[in-house]
This record gives sequence, structure tokens and C-alpha cells, in this order.
Amino acid sequence: MKPDKILLDHGSGGKMSHRLTANLLLPAFDNPALAVLDDGATLRLAGSRIAFSTDSYVVDPIFFPGGSIGDLAVNGTVNDVAMCGAAPLYLSVGMIIEEGFPMADLERVVAQMGRAARLAGVTVVTGDTKVVPKGAADKIFINTSGLGVIDENVNVSGANARPGDAVILSGTMADHGMTILTQRQGLTFESDVKSDSAPLNHMVADILRTGCDIHVLRDPTRGGVGTTLNEIADQSKAGIRIYENRLPVKPAVSGICELLGFDPLYVANEGKLLAVVPENQAEQVLAVIQQSPYGKDACIIGEVTDDHPGRVFMRTRIGGERIVDMLTGEQLPRIC
Amino acid sequence: MTLKHSDAFHDPQIARHLAERITRTSRRPVRFMEVCGTHTVSIFRSGIRSLLPETIALLSGPGCPVCVTAQKEIDAFIALARQPETIVATFGDLIRVPGSGSSLQREKAGGADVRIVYSTFDAVNLARENPDKRVVFLGVGFETTAPTVAAAILAAHQQKLDNFSVVSAHKTVPPALEALAGGEINIDGFLLPGHVSVIIGLDAYRPFFETHRVPCVVAGFEPADLLQSIAMLVDQVESGQPVLENAYPRAVSPTGNPKAMGVMNEVFETADADWRGIGTIPDSGLAIRETYAAFDAVKVFDIRLKPAPEPKGCACGEVLTGLKIPPQCPLYKTVCSPMAPVGPCMVSSEGTCAAYYRYHGDG
Repeated sequence: MKPDKILLDHGSGGKMSHRLTANLLLPAFDNPALAVLDDGATLRLAGSRIAFSTDSYVVDPIFFPGGSIGDLAVNGTVNDVAMCGAAPLYLSVGMIIEEGFPMADLERVVAQMGRAARLAGVTVVTGDTKVVPKGAADKIFINTSGLGVIDENVNVSGANARPGDAVILSGTMADHGMTILTQRQGLTFESDVKSDSAPLNHMVADILRTGCDIHVLRDPTRGGVGTTLNEIADQSKAGIRIYENRLPVKPAVSGICELLGFDPLYVANEGKLLAVVPENQAEQVLAVIQQSPYGKDACIIGEVTDDHPGRVFMRTRIGGERIVDMLTGEQLPRIC
Repeated sequence: MTLKHSDAFHDPQIARHLAERITRTSRRPVRFMEVCGTHTVSIFRSGIRSLLPETIALLSGPGCPVCVTAQKEIDAFIALARQPETIVATFGDLIRVPGSGSSLQREKAGGADVRIVYSTFDAVNLARENPDKRVVFLGVGFETTAPTVAAAILAAHQQKLDNFSVVSAHKTVPPALEALAGGEINIDGFLLPGHVSVIIGLDAYRPFFETHRVPCVVAGFEPADLLQSIAMLVDQVESGQPVLENAYPRAVSPTGNPKAMGVMNEVFETADADWRGIGTIPDSGLAIRETYAAFDAVKVFDIRLKPAPEPKGCACGEVLTGLKIPPQCPLYKTVCSPMAPVGPCMVSSEGTCAAYYRYHGDG
């Protein structure tokens, strides 16, 4: 049954979202910068290499343990620009606000955006606010776009993974997505899980400063680590094997996932990155990531292979092997 | 609360030891059926299939509640979503299942008030918070979920809620085993469902076992649980001495959970039920008793099930009874995928087709 209406699944970040992009957006805007489908576009402008990215934030609830829609909107775009191998510099902020939204909440959101921008070292240089009638939007939606510069020696893309490379994950999976879920109405867990929302641009700068040959940087947000690995395998036409016993998940997050039937591999993160680097440089890059305040749980979770191009495999804890597919539809309600 | 479960059930050495034992002892080619959808997913996720010898084929049974729900029941759910001033509350898996012309997900996108809940009590709360709306919960599940739905009906009764009702499409497992054992497929052993058995107890399978004398093991859900249970089935087959065994004693007792059964029997009575792919199985459903008729959505909304053919070419019925594996269905991965599912086995997270699609690759 082919959908004739937009479904929540189209916004899941999984296969349905990819289909929408491939079938509707790519043909309409047909150009090589977009067709790469990285987290942001890499452009050449007045002799400089520029990374440009945009993202919209509709998370519900807007305040949650570990963050809010405000710092998420800044960190998310900062990270998308950073994943192009760029140093993010400037942001735009567009806000769509529902009539009746409490002024105090707006002040709180904006203050958190300001703080997040200072922490990341980016400047908000332009913006827009619109107010829509009650019910025409849910509280507040925020769009941010970000601009950064890429050093000439840097060549990072989801298409650059090569057999033999190591796959590094910068910390525990699923913290953000499960935090949002536990905050939702009707699900009252007593737990200390909190969102991992964080700017990763300083970590990326440290990684690039090593001079190592960084092939891929991606932040596994919507769709989680499983979906992002599939994107990398697909773009690079290579296989990826990961090891279940190496995947870092906080015990409380793992427990809630198990209780509710969620696979942490497909749950969103907002302060983690995946780095694909040549195997002989992996330990060096890992050490740098672990020195970052947001990377102390980083570890090597797998490797790029030349078998099964385009697919992700998992060696399970008991020594079996299975496929890790891309998320197909919505696992959670709006989470970013 | 500590949610971490014992790592021993994931211990690679214990798993390897069990897999080696199975490979060593298994001589006869056999077909075992895991009746429960959660088992199917657990077997795939842990990669157990890749550890088993060629002599053992695992078939998935009718243990995914969404999958066995008849097409006409799905159509009735969708019709309910179109009722004015009505909130349809459901567990998540159901909303993508295609009915004859639509799905709950489509109705939702078209403006119907369909809410995903994680507990039947959330639906009771919805009814209390929305006194001007009728809240109907779609009761799909086995003996595992039926007691909580019954408890929710009792709670609504106590709270004198007049805007809460349930469509009971619940089904029970032992009658389905009877139907399978009497069917056209030869099954050499059953992995019996762990969660259902927590409620109904090991003894509930005794009449089935005594009639058919086929190897039966109640299994847990961790990799070591499943391998242990498969090893026990192999031992039974090779020794030629079928037994009804419990490999999940830390959760399953001989008599089950009498309190849960009591609540279930207070609210529900057995009735014939239609199963997708199998047809009508006598006394395999749970209907709401007359005492609680005010909470029976079938009566409140005067639901009349209209005959509805299953989707053309869809082999869900054969998949549910072990007659086919998903790659043998002509629609599998051609027109039927989790993005555009034709049958429920491709929709539910516990569905066999979805599990093959997600974890099995092209093999």
C-alpha cells in the first residue's frame, strides 16, 4: 500500500525518509552538492571550502533532562557542519511559535540557545520569528542553518570508508532518544537517564589536528547508529562489521530499551559521532576522542570490510552473525 | 531498580557449549517451531540460526498477535477510527497493518484520533481525561496481555467510566497448538512461548501434549535460554521420548499465575476466534462477558465484521503456520517490505517476515 499522505514514518530518519529524499527532493533540486547526501553540503566559495547545513527541531517535550529544544537546535546544526570536517562559525535561527506560548518558556529557550552557541564558539548572525495561530504549530519549532570552513587538507565524507578501516563510536548509544521517550506523557520512569545533547565541533577539531587520515565523520542522530552505519556502507559501497559486545550503552538506557522493546542501535543520539579511520591510526584517534568531555566512553565498535558491500553485519555476543538493517519507520515520536 | 539482567544468558562460552552439544547430538533432520514472535526476533537478533547445524530447521509459528488478527478485525478497527468523537487507543504495532483499503496510520494522517499507548491503563486514563469522547482500546494479544486488559476493564468499571470500551480480539495459545498439530505440516518439536506460560503455567499444555506426544519445551528469551531449549528438544527427538519440559523455570511454574488468570476469567469467556492463515479455531478467543457488556466495543459500537479476503498473493497465512518461510512468498521484498507492507507479518516488530527482512538479508 503506497502512502498518499505524509506519515510520521517519513520523518523517522530511516528508509521512509530516505525514499522521500531520493524520490522527491533530489530530482527537484538536482545538483551535485546535494546528491552527496552528507550531513551538510560542501561548497567552494570565493576560494574557500565551506560547509553549509540546516536542520529543524520539533522535539516534544521542549525541556528535558540534559537539554532543551534550544541547545539541541544549536548543537544539532553545529554538529552537522562539524561532520563535514568543518569548523562551524555562523548560525541562523528561525522560530515558528504558537500563539499563547509562555513568554517565560521562550526566554528560557533563547537563553539556552545563547549559552549553547557560546559553548560551541559559534555566532548567531541572522534570524526570523513567526507566530502562528494556536493549534497551527505545537508550542515552538526552530530551524537553524550553519556555516563553517573546511581546511584544504581535510577530505571527510560518508563515501570515504575503505576496507580495513576501523569504526569508532564516541560514547554510549540511545541516551537522547530514551530520555525523550521517558519524558513523554504516560511513561513515568524513575531513572537518571539524560540527553547527550552536546557540541562536537571541538572534538572534531582535535581529531583533525592529529593529521590522521580521517575518512568519515557522522553524528548518528535520528535513526541511530544502525541507520548511520547503513548510510556509510551504502555511500562507500563497502561492508561494515560491528561487534555486539563492544557497543556502549548505559545500563539504565539498556534496561528501558529492553522493557519497551526498542533497539538502542536505532535510537537517536545528539552528542555522539562515528569516525571511520585507517586501522593503524585508530588508537591515536580514539585516544584524542576519549580526552574530550563528551568522548570518555568512546571505543572501536567494528571495521569496514570488503565483503557484503553496502551492508552492515553484527557479530553477536554469543558468536552468531546477523544483518543490521536500516531503520524502516518511526520507532519513537518526535525526538529531535 | 536494577534492570540489568544476568550476563550469563549472553555468555559466549555457554552459548558455544550449547551449540556444540546440539551439533554433536542432532542426527535426524528436524523441524522445530518457535510459537512465539518474541522468540523469533530473539533468535534472529542473537544470530542463533548461524550457530545451528543443518539438521535443524526453525519455523516461526502463529505467535505474533498482530499477525494472526483476521483481516476483518483489522477492517473493524479502521472503521472505529472513523467514528466521530472517538479516540482509538492501541499498541504501536497495529497502526501500520494494512486493512482492506486503509490502515490506522493512514486514518491518523487523515485526521482520525489514533493514540499509541504502552499500557491499557493509559487508555483508561485517556477516557477519564476526555469525558466528551469515546475511548476504545484495541485488545490484541494472547494470555500475556489479556489479564492486563481485563484489569483495565475492572478499573473502568470501578471508576464508573461510561466512555471506555475494548474490542477483544484476544486469542489463546493452546487451541492454536491443537490446530497446528492437526494440520498439514509435520512439526518435530515445539518451543513453547515463555511469556504466555508465565500466566497459564506448564500444566496448561498437558492435554495437548498427552494427545499428540510431540516434544515440547517452554523456552525463555535470552540466547542461552533458547539454545538450551533447542538442545532439550534435540535430546527428546534423538531419544525418541517426547516430554513436556520447562526450560524457563525461573519465570514459569506448573500452575502459572492464578491471580492473572482469575482477573482474565472474571472479565472474559472463551469464544471461537478467527486466525489469519488458520481460520476459525474453536474456543481460541476471549470475548467480554455479559456482566461487562458496557465495556464491550463490539456492543457499544454495534460492530459487525464483514468478510474480508486476505491480500492477494500474501503468504502470511502459510508463514504463520510454518508452511512457508518468507523468501518463498512471491511478494517478499518485491512489493512487500516494511515501508510498504502487504501483510501483517511484515509490519509487526514480532512478525516473521519483518524479522527475515531485518536480520536475515538475502539468504
